[in-house]
Amino acid sequence: MTRRLTLSVFRHNPRDPASVPRQDRFVLGETAGMTLFIALNRVRDEQDPSLNFDFVCRAGVCGSCAMVINGRPGLACRTQTKDLPDEIHLYPLPNFELIGDLSVNTGKWMRGMSERLEAWTHLAGEPEHDRLETPMEPELAEAIYELDRCIECGCCVAACGTARMREDFVGAVGMNKLARFRLDPRDMRSDAAFYQVVGDDSGVFGCMALLGCHDVCPKALPLQTQIAYLRRVMARTGIL
Amino acid sequence: MKIIYSDVLVIGGGLAGLRTAIATKRRGLDTLILSLVPAKRSHSVAAQGGMQASLANAAKGRGDNEDVHFEDTVRGSDWGCDQLVARMFAHMAPKAARELAAWGVPWNRVRAGAHEAVINGERVSLDERAEAHGLITARDFGGTKKWRTCYTSDGTGHAMLYTVSDRAIAESIPVHERREALALIHDGHRCHGAVVRDLVSGELTAYLARATVVATGGYGRIWGVSTNALINEGMGAALALETGVARLGNMEAVQFHPTAIVPAGILVTEGCRGDGGLLRDTDGYRFMPDYEPEKKELASRDVVSRRMAEHMRKGKGVKSPYGEHLWLDITVLGAAHIDKNLREVKDICHYFLGIDPAKDTIPVRPTQHYSMGGVRTDHRGESPWLGGLFSCGEAACWDLHGFNRLGGNSVAETVVSGMLIGEYVADFCQSDAGDLTVSTALAREFLAREVAHLRAIAAGRGNEDGVAIRRRMEAIMTDSVGLFRNGPHLEATVGELAELLVRSQRLAMRGHRLDANPELVAAYRLPRMLKIALTVAMGALARTESRGAHAREDFPARNDRDWLKRTLVRWPEGEGAPALDYEPLDITGMELPPGVRGYGAKNIVDHPDSACRQGEVDEARAAIADRHKLQAALMPFRQLLPERYRGRNERLDEPLGARSEARQ
Ligand SMILES: Cc1cc2nc3c(=O)[nH]c(=O)nc-3n(C[C@H](O)[C@H](O)[C@H](O)COP(=O)(O)OP(=O)(O)OC[C@H]3O[C@@H](n4cnc5c(N)ncnc54)[C@H](O)[C@@H]3O)c2cc1C
Repeated sequence: MTRRLTLSVFRHNPRDPASVPRQDRFVLGETAGMTLFIALNRVRDEQDPSLNFDFVCRAGVCGSCAMVINGRPGLACRTQTKDLPDEIHLYPLPNFELIGDLSVNTGKWMRGMSERLEAWTHLAGEPEHDRLETPMEPELAEAIYELDRCIECGCCVAACGTARMREDFVGAVGMNKLARFRLDPRDMRSDAAFYQVVGDDSGVFGCMALLGCHDVCPKALPLQTQIAYLRRVMARTGIL
Repeated sequence: MKIIYSDVLVIGGGLAGLRTAIATKRRGLDTLILSLVPAKRSHSVAAQGGMQASLANAAKGRGDNEDVHFEDTVRGSDWGCDQLVARMFAHMAPKAARELAAWGVPWNRVRAGAHEAVINGERVSLDERAEAHGLITARDFGGTKKWRTCYTSDGTGHAMLYTVSDRAIAESIPVHERREALALIHDGHRCHGAVVRDLVSGELTAYLARATVVATGGYGRIWGVSTNALINEGMGAALALETGVARLGNMEAVQFHPTAIVPAGILVTEGCRGDGGLLRDTDGYRFMPDYEPEKKELASRDVVSRRMAEHMRKGKGVKSPYGEHLWLDITVLGAAHIDKNLREVKDICHYFLGIDPAKDTIPVRPTQHYSMGGVRTDHRGESPWLGGLFSCGEAACWDLHGFNRLGGNSVAETVVSGMLIGEYVADFCQSDAGDLTVSTALAREFLAREVAHLRAIAAGRGNEDGVAIRRRMEAIMTDSVGLFRNGPHLEATVGELAELLVRSQRLAMRGHRLDANPELVAAYRLPRMLKIALTVAMGALARTESRGAHAREDFPARNDRDWLKRTLVRWPEGEGAPALDYEPLDITGMELPPGVRGYGAKNIVDHPDSACRQGEVDEARAAIADRHKLQAALMPFRQLLPERYRGRNERLDEPLGARSEARQ
């Protein structure tokens, strides 16, 4: 009755000159409610303790465990095996530095992107801690949170055609961040300042509008509209 | 030998570590952060429901202030907390929430006018005043007299961590990710930094610093099922313990959250009940009002969790292949509310249970959630036994939470403690005491020791199975150091943990690589986890009373007479077991002398000083009308704060007026 699953897992240690990229196959019995988090940990506990992968929150919020699951980038921790065929192919996210097996260095990539785009609120000054906070329209706070929900998992970058060709492309994650800060009245930057960091081929004008990013985003962020909007605004800013 | 120098070494890139680093960097100190994972993947990101700060903007928050927050916190702690720290915290929380508001957290805001809410299972209409429009709103949480919990939907931790982490990037604070501190470098009196392993290359480096800050989060993962992230393995507490000098405080104080989903153990926020959700049993019956007529589902977490267990013991649990559970019912809140304010809960239900919480009830049961205990420090965050070692956030026990933490007080604590301890660390570094005096010989000695240790483990000449030992530890911690505890079980557990510790030092290894190798990581962490487990179990065995989350079936009374004291634990070098001692709490200086909490069982053995102090407090209350003057008369605390944070907090009903007034 229980299915036997075969996990075909990419293996490679880039620091080991003798390591040749390969697929290892692990067979295990499916259990009720099994996720890829449970399956991979069983493999590590019972079959191969050297298998590298990253899980932290195991609840779909920290963005650590993105990988390519049967050809599609997604969060492994919340992927149920019952939604997958008997044979499951797992690869590390492309476009990121490989640490080993299914583990990639998304953190380094994200920090680099944040630094280049200056992806933080550019403050007018320091807050007065003792005073009432500046009011904000409730709808605006909600709209900012909508874009703030990105978890930097890297799925959008893995699914991006431009990122494959341009190492410095900021990806949907970067453009969404700028859209978020642009919407936020606490960020003092003008459109011209945003144009400085995103108005070229490593930014909005590098996007080929294939929109793989939009399809794979685990948080269902409105990437398509945000990128299109940012591009229109930046094109206008560039002309002026 | 590779050495990296900085003024301040912060171990931990969660909310507490990041906020500390921002403070020290702003004081001109060269600051560096270490983290096991990219900072934004730290466990802080998972906080859902919100942050407590007495802003008093929302209609149901009116009349709130530091005094009310302070009292809720002390009652919540079952009088186990340090009241001075609780006062400093309640005073700072509004400043922290407002700082975050300015830095970019999209706090949900008050909308003026009438709106519907669910209170006690019924729809009611609330009216928000016009002046509050656009200010930060709040929701109800357990154990609080006012609606005080500020939130961003149910992604509060995410919104806070991203804002604070972005701030750290903006201020060019380096985060050395995927690096693990393995040992603190110290000379028995002073801490000088840490030996750090690169989790990718395996390389070891000595990080030397004037001040070292342990902000490594909690130790929930020594239990089999926990709401915590997988990296919450108590390694920071273990680092401090292994110095042989620094002490941990109240390790037996561990919180079990009422509502983690079954079987995955993933949390659904207290905000579910705060917003009006109900607990139901196998008959669909709402049972909490029978046990807690006053606070019902919104008593403190230790109390609600115990009531749930009690009810299941009466046969009212829902049987399932994964053991018994109860139901959390948020269908009453309606789809629109859930889609907006409980969207993570909706996602979790969808992905991990295959249900829609707007239509279906959620299977829940009490699950390990929070570590009140940790590295014992003074109110400045420094270890009294090892100079230059600081700690804050969930890793620390400066003792805000005593024996039970209130929901929403932890993320508030992380930023508040970062703001404060960052200043104290900077003061230390800029004083004579903070000079960097370490010899490279000492660094070399510590480094060599860790290299040899890792080589020996990787060689793996033993015959023990690390996975089996870990599973056993998790199981016995769950069975006998859980929601309810008793002497015989604890005694057996202490014995078995000690045996497991010995065995964990003789592991067989399948692979022997020293670079990115999860088997090696598990192998060197396991003995440290067992040491932490032992401090918890021994503390629980020795404490023959019930206080907050520590519930002894064989000693059901809260015994203020004999146990109004903090457990301290140290692991003397070369010894096979930790040593306990105690630090009394001084009732004669308390602003809120021990009394009844207002929820939970009333079973107290009084301390002789309590009545006398209560008399003094009552007298002062009768004599002094102004709440600030009264507070200052009872337990002055402002002088302990960095000068910049001493000012009063403004509220709509407590305007500050001219600038000078704010400074008093
Ligand atoms: C599911 C969930 C929901 C919660 N919701 C709320 C809520 O709504 N409100 C609330 O107030 N509280 C909540 N809490 C509690 C709160 O989130 C945590 O207590 C708090 O975020 C801890 O923050 P921290 O900075 O102390 O530690 P963490 O965020 O845990 O960070 C620890 C850091 O230390 C690093 N680290 C650890 N060990 C080492 C080492 N040896 N070397 C180097 N780095 C190391 C880690 O990489 C990490 O960066 C919740 C907790 C859980 C489990």
